[in-house]
Amino acid sequence: MWTWFYKLASPPYVYGVAAALVPWALGGAALALCYGLIAGLAIAPPDYQQGEAFRMIYVHVPSALLSLTVYTVMAAASAVALIWRIKVGHAVASAAAPIGASFTILALFTGSLWGRPMWGTYWAWDPRLTSELILLFLYVGVMSLRSAFEDPSRGDRAAALLATVGIVNVPIVHFSVVWWNSLHQGATIVKLGAPSMPGSMLWPLLSMWLGFMLFFAAVLCIRLQGEVLNRERQSTWVRQAVKS
Amino acid sequence: MMNNGFWSMGGYGRYVWPCFAFAFLVLGWNLWSARRHLDAARLRARRELQMAGIDP
Repeated sequence: MWTWFYKLASPPYVYGVAAALVPWALGGAALALCYGLIAGLAIAPPDYQQGEAFRMIYVHVPSALLSLTVYTVMAAASAVALIWRIKVGHAVASAAAPIGASFTILALFTGSLWGRPMWGTYWAWDPRLTSELILLFLYVGVMSLRSAFEDPSRGDRAAALLATVGIVNVPIVHFSVVWWNSLHQGATIVKLGAPSMPGSMLWPLLSMWLGFMLFFAAVLCIRLQGEVLNRERQSTWVRQAVKS
Repeated sequence: MMNNGFWSMGGYGRYVWPCFAFAFLVLGWNLWSARRHLDAARLRARRELQMAGIDP
């Protein structure tokens, strides 16, 4: 039953799986993003309150959800690396960090642009915005900590510890709109009960979300191959891998 | 649909389009930097093997 888990601890196996997944994930992402963009920008009707400005949801929500998903992946991989001493876990966490940071910046930037016409300001020290900014600081902290040590294994452990502890911020970001008074609207998709959108607006959003997730899978696999090569370059299997 | 109304987005075009433009910039950067990271790792591994006297 646990064979698949042990296989994932093998760097050559992970390198091969990651290489095989890239074209499928990129192809799927391209299809989902194309549909999401066309349907979201040209077919979905304008919102009855926000008019055409609501279309920013098609990049803002997927990027915000991805910023939390990537952090969860990074923290889970870090925990696996710390608990079971599986080195591939550090490679996954290291590969995920810059991707997550970039999507957090995108979520903050698009949220800021959306906030200007709706709230009258680009930024407010609102619980959702502030906790998302803390998420960005956590990503930056994890990346900085990893490269701050001369001994890479010490850097890996320190970064893994911060990433694992920092997971506490993920539910804070998600539930901040419920726990505190917030300018930010409540959850649209990830909540108990039916989504609060009609299908004509919801399907393009789900498609963009899927596209972003598949894109993340693709770039994670590419980065992961690089991470594994960097960490295993003394191994004999690397000779075969760098030939191709 | 491809008329001025579409591009102006009901007066919100200056917010909507930079949103999508920045999203594509982030997607493009991610793909480019990931490829660059992998190519650099391959080159580094190849060089180390050559320095060790093993022709990859």
